[in-house]
Amino acid sequence: MKLEREEPEEIQLNMTAMIDIVFQLLIFFIMTFKVVAQEADFNIKMPMASGPATDILDEPPELIRVSLRSGPEGVINSIQVDDEIETLTFGPDPNLYTDLTNYIEQKLAGDGDPESASETEVEFDIDYGLKYGYTVRAIEAVSGKVSGGKVKKLIEKIKFKNNSNEQ
Amino acid sequence: MKLSKTKSSKVLEGDLTPMIDMTFQLIAFFMLLINFSEVDRAEEITLPVSELAIPPEGRPDYQVILNLEPGGNVIFEGQRIPQIDVMGPILKQEVRNADREDVDTGEIAVIIRSHEDTPTGLVQKLIAKCQDEEMENFVLRVNEKIN
Repeated sequence: MKLEREEPEEIQLNMTAMIDIVFQLLIFFIMTFKVVAQEADFNIKMPMASGPATDILDEPPELIRVSLRSGPEGVINSIQVDDEIETLTFGPDPNLYTDLTNYIEQKLAGDGDPESASETEVEFDIDYGLKYGYTVRAIEAVSGKVSGGKVKKLIEKIKFKNNSNEQ
Repeated sequence: MKLSKTKSSKVLEGDLTPMIDMTFQLIAFFMLLINFSEVDRAEEITLPVSELAIPPEGRPDYQVILNLEPGGNVIFEGQRIPQIDVMGPILKQEVRNADREDVDTGEIAVIIRSHEDTPTGLVQKLIAKCQDEEMENFVLRVNEKIN
């Protein structure tokens, strides 16, 4: 007897259900996707609420006091800088942050010590009502500057004088 | 001439493989980018913008995200807390939680997301409140300025 060779059957998977689910997933992710701006940080190490006794003990070799003075409606009015040798006031003008950056840059360059940036600390004394956006701009002004697309780092150590009880 | 009507109809089958490949790749892309930590971010807070701030390198061992509104409300884990003064017990609980995870209080990263119009005094008040619980590692979060 001659056996008839069976031809192999072609197996066909039904893809419709899978494709449906996959497209639903895709639509879900597209609809819930939000483009948000990348966030970044300023790191501040503040061990304890500053008191007069600890201030003296922990005072670093170089301390620059930067006072941010608020005008009406929490807008920056002037910046005062005190490095225990001289006191300077910048503002009120739109370039006061640039003036602050230039001062810090000159101060660090004048020391002639490459380690000077890491050994110098800035203490901010900020008016209670000053809007936080202006404070961040001041922190940015002492932290570094951007010139020709390159970032030049200035001060790394920053702390706040506690003015949280003033109102 | 007589045309034959008995011509068998064929089912047209396109090759679905490239489409499915692309679709899976798109799903993978969106899954990787989706942000599941929306509860930590309060969308109503407009952060100040800075070009010198450093993007965070990974997630700290333990973090506490405090969103501060201009009026002094703190948004913490999706809850609006009306006053900074009542933050004490919440921060104490966070210190205990960190301790359970073997993270020292000094290592807790306190991320402050404050609205740009918030009076700085309120930010300092919040920092002082955290310092009362011996937290010392503060992160001022801003939006990165892209030139």
